[in-house]
Amino acid sequence: MKLIHIDKKEWNQGMERAQKEYLLFSPVKDKDKEQYLFGPLAHGEVPDMTHADTVLSPKSIIFPQTEKMLHASLDPSQPDHHIMKRVPEEYGPRAVIGIRPYDVKALTLMNLNFDTDDYRDPYWCDAYKATTFIALGVNSPSSVDFSTSMGSGPFDETGVDVLLVDNQDSYIAKIITDKGQAFMEAAGFNAEADPSARETLDNIKANAEKKITAKVGTDTLRGREILELYEAPFWDEIAFSCINCGTCTFVCPTCWCFDIQDETKGKACTRFRNWDSCMFPLFTLHGSGHNPRGEKTQRVRQRFMHKLKYFLDKYDQGTMCVGCGRCVESCPVNIDIREVCNIMNNYEPQK
Amino acid sequence: MDQLTEKIRELASTLLKDGKVDMVIGFADGTLPMTSRPFLATESDKAAQLVWNSFCSLNLTNYITGRKEKIALFAKGCDSRNVVNHIVENKISRDQLHIIGVPCQGMVDKKAILKAVGGEITGLCEEGDKLTVSSSHGDVELNKNDYLRDNCATCTHRNPVIYDELAAPLVEEQTVEEPFADVAAIEKMEPVDKARYFDNLIKDCIRCYACRNACPLCYCPTCFVDESGPQWVGKGQNPTDIQTFHFLRAFHCAGRCTDCGACEAACPMDIHVRAFTRKLNKDALELFGWEAGLDTEKRPPLDTFNPDDPDEFIR
Repeated sequence: MKLIHIDKKEWNQGMERAQKEYLLFSPVKDKDKEQYLFGPLAHGEVPDMTHADTVLSPKSIIFPQTEKMLHASLDPSQPDHHIMKRVPEEYGPRAVIGIRPYDVKALTLMNLNFDTDDYRDPYWCDAYKATTFIALGVNSPSSVDFSTSMGSGPFDETGVDVLLVDNQDSYIAKIITDKGQAFMEAAGFNAEADPSARETLDNIKANAEKKITAKVGTDTLRGREILELYEAPFWDEIAFSCINCGTCTFVCPTCWCFDIQDETKGKACTRFRNWDSCMFPLFTLHGSGHNPRGEKTQRVRQRFMHKLKYFLDKYDQGTMCVGCGRCVESCPVNIDIREVCNIMNNYEPQK
Repeated sequence: MDQLTEKIRELASTLLKDGKVDMVIGFADGTLPMTSRPFLATESDKAAQLVWNSFCSLNLTNYITGRKEKIALFAKGCDSRNVVNHIVENKISRDQLHIIGVPCQGMVDKKAILKAVGGEITGLCEEGDKLTVSSSHGDVELNKNDYLRDNCATCTHRNPVIYDELAAPLVEEQTVEEPFADVAAIEKMEPVDKARYFDNLIKDCIRCYACRNACPLCYCPTCFVDESGPQWVGKGQNPTDIQTFHFLRAFHCAGRCTDCGACEAACPMDIHVRAFTRKLNKDALELFGWEAGLDTEKRPPLDTFNPDDPDEFIR
């Protein structure tokens, strides 16, 4: 794996060069609020490299909140009327600049759902394949960052194409994949870093990981019986304050559930998918009127059990939480997944 | 521990110990600075987790809807007005409630503090009006009154309007010269600017419905946005559908909203959703001389028919 040296003074020029071939995304500050969201950059706009916290995860770049899937004409005079066809979409090369390493790892976990041997979600797969992830290591993790407890970390390389390390006046760029190499070539960065860069990188990484103080235990979750946790007595207490909004699931970098809707306008019909949330009663409402998760405790339990138990058991790839801390920050009633995970992990059933 | 928190724990613990109530609903400390968590205590030893501070912004009346137990509830001015609403709208009976009034000096706007301090906030200590905020940039002292939430700055009902006992002495009510100056400014806009204002206002909405779910008025078993047969509104990120949600929700709150601000406290996207409800509060005041939640014997203006109505159309 090659290490490249990039002088920060040359960074913006490189991004302008890259923009000739790639559509760039990065955190973008709202013009009225102290708030960042991932968004596409206009031509000549440079990425934000200030380690900004985004309220929402970058998953919407690959998996938009509302996405057109299929469309059809309802006009009987058309030969192919009422036949649903895929909406043509451009999947030109795109790169996400300044994405956090654990957010890239989160996308690899979503990949386990969208790209399988049995089913391949074409919308997700096409977008994912077209995207290069230029991650920026997090030198100073925030107090809600518990990524190291969740099998990831502020310098995790899983799924990352290039890992940028902020080193005072320069970036050390670790090129991890061919996709990453291609992006760096497009940006015109090719100065090999001097041999001490590897040690510098390791030091910065070790220092960052040391700053994460949150300790969340997950070691006993895999070995437990599902019903032992499912029937545990603590769920009502955890769920009491929950107002059943979708905030936690919408800010989450790994929540992938969606709902499919058809909409018609005149003689045109479009099939969309929209993010859905297991916090909403409608999520599980059957056509019969029966709702298997009609109570809020059942829904709160589902979210944590899915992230911290069912996913583990099904895929054996760790938890479906990378410890980004967004839900901890955004939950209006302070339901803290770090606390819940510890309660689950430390639970001792009464014999 | 401050006096008020101590008093709250004592009152809650006594009520539970004496079996006067089945449960106490209050706030507990959150896991991050400037957060609190609605908290249910059913046994007296749990009362020791209750707290009261300037970040108890949510409205606890949201947690009593439809409950059957005998409940003790800590209520600031706005919460108590929503309790009145709940009683008028038959969501709970007065006999079921033991209301412990908490006269309020205003809640603090967490986002205003974040903006003022910059950097990550690692701790906050509150002493009277003095807030000592620790952040990655060191410690800074702020005056609480400069960082009140908008709705608290213009609140004229800090004291509970209905209660069985008080956790602290009543406070002096504020007099506000022009409580609806913000709404008047929007009313004066040209239609095109008004449209732009509202488009921009909700451009970040992710339809998580935290505003609706934090609101004690929004207790419909199935909200109109969740109706699927027939479906009233599209479910995607189409701006017209998002607008429809916000407009209709606000209209459902007309003459009922107490401007408690729980909707804004809950919004993860920092959207000023009260811009909608405040217009309707202003209209209710100007057209009907009405402020919501002040009297258990009166129904909200859009919920009644009066044969003496001065307007022709209604007769």
